[in-house]
Amino acid sequence: MISDKTTGSGKALELNDISVSLGGTPIVHSISMELSKGDIGCLLGPSGCGKTTLLRAIAGFEPVTSGQIQIAGDPVSQPGQLLPVEKRQVGMVFQDYALFPHLSIRDNIAFGLKGWSRKEKEKRVNELAAMLHIDDLLDAYSHRLSGGQQQRVAIARAMAPRPRILLLDEPFASLDVELREQIAAEIRLILKADGITTILVSHNQLEAFAMADVIGVMRSGELMQWGNAFSLYHEPESAYVANFIGEGVFLPGTVLDNGDISTELGILPAASNTDPTTSNTLPGQRLSVLVRPDDVLHDDDSEFTAKVLSKAFRGASYLYTLALPSGAQILSLVPSHHNHEVGSQIGIHMEMDHLVTFPQA
Amino acid sequence: MLMLGVGLLVLLIGVAPAWLVTMTRFPGSRLLEWGLVLPLAMPAYIIAYTYTGMLDVTGPVQGFIRDTFDLRFGDYWFPSIRSSGGAMAMLALVLYPYVYLLSRTAFLEQSVCVLEVSRTLGASPWRAFTRVAVPLARPAIFAGLSLVLMETLADYGTVQYFGLSTFTTGIFRTWFGMGSAPAAAQLSAVLLIFIFCLVVGEQWSRSRSRYHHTSSKYSQLPRPRLRGWKCWAAMLYCGLPVLLGFLIPFLQLAWWAWDTRDLVDFSNFGELMMNSLQLAFIAALIALCLGLFISYAKRLQSGLSMRSAFRILGLGYAVPGTVIAVGVLIPFTWLDNRVDAWMQAHFGISTGLLLSGSLTAVIFAYVVRFLPVSMNTIDAGLGKIKPTMDDAGRSMGLGAGQILRRIHVPMLRTSLLTATLLVFVDVLKELPATLILRPFNFNTLAIRTYELANQERLTEAAASALMIVLAGIIPVILISLSISSSRPGNATKKREET
Repeated sequence: MISDKTTGSGKALELNDISVSLGGTPIVHSISMELSKGDIGCLLGPSGCGKTTLLRAIAGFEPVTSGQIQIAGDPVSQPGQLLPVEKRQVGMVFQDYALFPHLSIRDNIAFGLKGWSRKEKEKRVNELAAMLHIDDLLDAYSHRLSGGQQQRVAIARAMAPRPRILLLDEPFASLDVELREQIAAEIRLILKADGITTILVSHNQLEAFAMADVIGVMRSGELMQWGNAFSLYHEPESAYVANFIGEGVFLPGTVLDNGDISTELGILPAASNTDPTTSNTLPGQRLSVLVRPDDVLHDDDSEFTAKVLSKAFRGASYLYTLALPSGAQILSLVPSHHNHEVGSQIGIHMEMDHLVTFPQA
Repeated sequence: MLMLGVGLLVLLIGVAPAWLVTMTRFPGSRLLEWGLVLPLAMPAYIIAYTYTGMLDVTGPVQGFIRDTFDLRFGDYWFPSIRSSGGAMAMLALVLYPYVYLLSRTAFLEQSVCVLEVSRTLGASPWRAFTRVAVPLARPAIFAGLSLVLMETLADYGTVQYFGLSTFTTGIFRTWFGMGSAPAAAQLSAVLLIFIFCLVVGEQWSRSRSRYHHTSSKYSQLPRPRLRGWKCWAAMLYCGLPVLLGFLIPFLQLAWWAWDTRDLVDFSNFGELMMNSLQLAFIAALIALCLGLFISYAKRLQSGLSMRSAFRILGLGYAVPGTVIAVGVLIPFTWLDNRVDAWMQAHFGISTGLLLSGSLTAVIFAYVVRFLPVSMNTIDAGLGKIKPTMDDAGRSMGLGAGQILRRIHVPMLRTSLLTATLLVFVDVLKELPATLILRPFNFNTLAIRTYELANQERLTEAAASALMIVLAGIIPVILISLSISSSRPGNATKKREET
């Protein structure tokens, strides 16, 4: 295992401009990305965006119509050439876990250990069982297990043969909502401890944040952005990603002669606009400025006021939905001891370190 | 004519009991739930022999009437069992379970919600039954009816015994009586056209029935307890088919078998059993292997050509045994003659009838006819195994063959066993194809029963008939078990109630 971690710091997975079709319909369009050894990547997107299809293409269940997939430097998929799934050394955890009902948990985990000696098998199974806290379940059968236990077994089974890459299809979809983030973080530690390169598919960004090093936001078959959680949240490359990740609204603004941006809530200095796509703007151009709830502060002395439209209690804070005099709506996160009635006017001001702007549609 | 009569009778005694045992409760309803399937174990020719023996002039019933009222033969009117009416009654009594089974499944799958909605809209239970439940179940009922009509067309034993002329007896007579193979083949072709229409109708109604599932919510069926005269009427109505279609003939057979135990020559009984079991076993095994192979191929490669091939193979069950026999015999004889001529010309050896004169022909015919039984059973079993199981196997480095061996076969164990049993029993009961294709002097239980009955030695036929019926009960039990667990989310309910 140690040798696994140290040898070759290269790319565990590389997608070069690949497209995938299902039954003649193009589902995934020219996606490129790469994942370093030992990293955990997440394909994030709404249902029907092609993320599962992409995962199945990496696993080898679907052929690619263009481009190339490389696993640890070996080309495994290109048009007209498909290394069969069983020869790829990929592990996969299915959404329904697909545990074999006719085998005990022990035999399920050992299922993929072909050509291992009995001793090695037993050692590996016990090692994984200890890691995933399923030691006491080894002699049970899958129908006796809870959803969370089945998931652990499925992960152990997929990890057992030390695959070159582990694929998880919506691994937390059938777990209780409250448990998901916690389990995701726990599984992350286990995968990291084993040094296993992983790609998971999810439609839940909190899961993605809790689990992944790199996240790819997908939308109708295209990869919108590939980066870590921080860059997705703070440096979204498109309005779609800005909207999809976290909460926030777009506030209309106009570029002034000196490059500053004038909005309803004051003038934002040009220097803070680090967004390369819109930094070279012309005076008079209309922009959309991404305003996150934590950018809008409650300030009774402010010259700007807004009407409270609705509020949602978030524990330490309230998330207010506010209406500006122009009718535009923004979100504001306010400490929860500031309790304002729906319909009342409150003073606010914006505080932004860096601007994220997009040309107005 | 025969078809019409059987069809009407079957609807009468098939649909309403299905509704009653599914939707209401009365003493014995739980027993009748599966009891109503029992007549399926009774081959039509055997029930015909039994009732003939009971109701004939010399039989116990007429004898009883004569004794009690001090009458002599001819003084009173008694319906003749050996008539088209009798044949209708016989066939209906053993075939109605098809309609019963399918309509019961349909009723079980109907959501209670629709029925409750119709009740809140002011429909009485009777109106809910006739206006909502039956129309919803119509595709299923029609599918059951198509099966019944196919079996009616295919029946040989009953109509032959009652001396009616139908397609099957016609084919048999032209073949053996007139020795005219082309004429028999022509008759078979016409019969096949009829069958084909029925198959198309059945498939069509089945495909429609899929859209008739009303809701995915299944609350527990409210089964009101019937009281008073309603209760008695329901018991009588549901009990009668079981009584007439199974219990009475079964007891009669048992009585005869006991009565004639000294008369019947049991010396060759062992040989008969061996022959029957051997044939059934070989055919069941071949059908099992082929069925597994074909179903798995369809799972791996479910293109249009594969699916249509599956469909075409599935037609075998609808083809009457006589037609299959004719269809097997003609090419086999031709091949035999060719081989024989070639061998004689080159080596001076006469091989004789290698295929058509041996068990090969019989087993081939069985496999053609009963392959769909095993194929469909296995296919249904495979369908329940999620495709992710295959994917999981592949992702762990297994090829298609290994997946079949290490994942599917162990998971399919029950389906495979069921498939084998069903074919096994079907072969045991089969009469016309065996009759035509068996090698000279080769006898089975079914043939023996047929021969004795035709020599008017009904009571002596009872022993072998009883064996066939007993074997036939096995698949009936299997079917009953699978159907009562078929209602989604019903597994727990059953346990709670008992």
